[in-house]
Amino acid sequence: MLRAATAVLCMAAFTLPAAAADYVTVPGGSYSSVLPPDGKFAPAVVAAFRLRTLPVTNGEFLDFVRANPQWARFRIASLFADGQYLSHWAGPLSLGGAGRNQPVTHVSWFAAEAYCESEQARLPTWYEFEYAAASDESHADARGDEAWREHILDWYSRPSTTALPDVGSTPKNFYGVYDMHGLIWEWVGDYAGLMISGDNRDQGDPDLLKFCGAGALSTQDRENYAILMRVAMLSALKAADTTANLGFRCAKGATGDGS
Amino acid sequence: MKKKKWAATLAVSVAIAMASALGAGVAAAKGAPAPANASSRGDFGPPQGEPIHAILTSPPNVPAALNRKFPAKVIVELEVIEKEMPISEGVTYTFWTFGGTVPGSFIRIRQGDTVEFHLKNNPNSKMPHNIDLHGVTGPGGGAASSFTAPGHESQFTFKALNQGLYVYHCATAPVGMHVGNGMYGLLLVEPPEGLSPVDHEYYVMQGDFYTTGKYREKGHQPFNMENAIDEKPTYVLFNGAEGALTGDKALTAKTNESVRMFVGNGGPNLVSSFHVIGEIFDKVRYEGGTHEQENVQTTLIPAGGAVMVEFHTQVPGSYILVDHSIFRAFNKGALAILKVDGPEDKSIYSGKEVDAVYLGDRSAPNLAAVTEAAKAAQSGTLTLEDQVKAGGALFNGTCSVCHQPTGAGLPNVFPPLAKSDYLAADPKRAIGILLHGLTGKVIVNGSEFNSVMPPMNQLNDDEVANILTYVLNSWGNPGGRISAEDVSKVRAAPAPAAAAAKPEH
Repeated sequence: MLRAATAVLCMAAFTLPAAAADYVTVPGGSYSSVLPPDGKFAPAVVAAFRLRTLPVTNGEFLDFVRANPQWARFRIASLFADGQYLSHWAGPLSLGGAGRNQPVTHVSWFAAEAYCESEQARLPTWYEFEYAAASDESHADARGDEAWREHILDWYSRPSTTALPDVGSTPKNFYGVYDMHGLIWEWVGDYAGLMISGDNRDQGDPDLLKFCGAGALSTQDRENYAILMRVAMLSALKAADTTANLGFRCAKGATGDGS
Repeated sequence: MKKKKWAATLAVSVAIAMASALGAGVAAAKGAPAPANASSRGDFGPPQGEPIHAILTSPPNVPAALNRKFPAKVIVELEVIEKEMPISEGVTYTFWTFGGTVPGSFIRIRQGDTVEFHLKNNPNSKMPHNIDLHGVTGPGGGAASSFTAPGHESQFTFKALNQGLYVYHCATAPVGMHVGNGMYGLLLVEPPEGLSPVDHEYYVMQGDFYTTGKYREKGHQPFNMENAIDEKPTYVLFNGAEGALTGDKALTAKTNESVRMFVGNGGPNLVSSFHVIGEIFDKVRYEGGTHEQENVQTTLIPAGGAVMVEFHTQVPGSYILVDHSIFRAFNKGALAILKVDGPEDKSIYSGKEVDAVYLGDRSAPNLAAVTEAAKAAQSGTLTLEDQVKAGGALFNGTCSVCHQPTGAGLPNVFPPLAKSDYLAADPKRAIGILLHGLTGKVIVNGSEFNSVMPPMNQLNDDEVANILTYVLNSWGNPGGRISAEDVSKVRAAPAPAAAAAKPEH
């Protein structure tokens, strides 16, 4: 019976994880992004969307890999993930010391995108992520709060030599979303469009602007280092890269589909 | 009106001077074949021999001179490590490092070498990092080619065209934070003939640090971005920690030796006025370049710049390295020590020859308590209160420079007198220390000190007694009195061998 069920599940391209994840609706709006769409001052516009309240966990990702073994360690095509993919697990299909409720890390962009498709979802865009991450517990946009910024920077400035906490360990933000700061870095769907140069100091370089246009780093708010560091981290990555503190969560259109 | 005319004349004469200078330049260029510029002179063709793995050293050590006669391919492997380390006693900070130390590993290559550079970012790092080497000719100094995520490695290759001493640093956004967390070091590109041999080479680098807590506030201190933007550092340090180069970790030399220091300034904000108290630099290759200045007292090191200084040691003692923007030295930590051992040379420096009391007009009110105590002692009516008052005035004039007005001392350099277990254990021992001085290791309140206190035998018996009585009755010490008779007995006895200044080995 069990075997039959597994066989059926495997026939589907992607299968639903056992428990459906929670998504909340983030109302649309416009805000000043560190990466203005016109490269100057224009506000970024975000349509209403639904965002996973928690990052994807080791346990959830294990269920996904069990159902979709082509995404298991050693079986995954090397084009889709580097050698450290899921290397913190005891084996390709066993967590070992990695906690079920800890956020999954050591995942590539390809694997994250595939997982989200299995939830009929997708990775959030940079603007969606930045918009939802601008809030603290009681304000939609807390970015002017120095203490809040310092708190975020404090997390960035500590090396990750200790085990990651479980998901949901930071306070719920304005939209009802957890862990947007203070737990992990997160993939975004259009991370490859964040064309900040490996050398942060060549802002205004004519060669760079020619290729990268609006995406070149010309920050609205030069003091907003907290969010800038997230941009720097994402732009250091290739889609197959994995790191010890890079995970993801998924998003959907406002109507709940993966658009 | 007059002023305006003068300004106009000046402008004209400047213009003329500029024109003639330009003219002279053109004439010179016409007269002789154009000399190759410095960087094209540094290309000695393709690398020769087997690739060499560069030996990197941690500060304050410098890799040995290369003594190589040909350009080689040199492989440099540098790992970025984010780690918590002490920044001061009882204070920790998360440093981002090149090679696990602040400043980062010292890299030594030869002009004309082809360097294959590997930048590795430790898997436990939270941040991506890169490296801009000021000795690289090419956009970003390697920064764009070395942008590396945690758990990854980047490689790029450059030819070292220019000789000199160069800073390297991380240039990932936000650059100031990466530099402010300690991501800098030095790259020495030796001239083809090498540098002149010396007895000691040392690696010292200044940096400014911005913490949320105050100077010496205990516990883990996070980076403070607002203070960094305002350029208000909590610490200004040599080699990344208070006490990195004092006490047992002081730099050392013997008398009659030549010392070369490679001194960098990582910044991120401050310019250093580098000075060694009691030494004169015989040679300074200012800005790390090719030209030498001689007989220099203090040399400026820009943020993101470096200097080579050389001097000869003649007189034994402790030489204190400071940023002569002097509050940084005594209130923010920019202090290191070079300890020179060897025989005295009285023909060059005598030590104190005369010490007589000089009471100018201003001293009368300050030292009124001293005069009063002296009178009371003569008439036999001296009270504890008289002694403490007089001792306080004398302490502030004589002792507080080192032991601080609060008696707290300076960690690793001058022992505390406040709540001092060393003092409490034997208050009378302190008489001998004042009269004979104290050299060598002592442990006070759990910390080890190894420095030199000169004898204070210019003080008379009354004065020594009053100072010590003041100290014993201040800052949580046990109290008690020292009398002039106590002092006179110790003065009459021969100096104990342990207290006599003698060179250590």
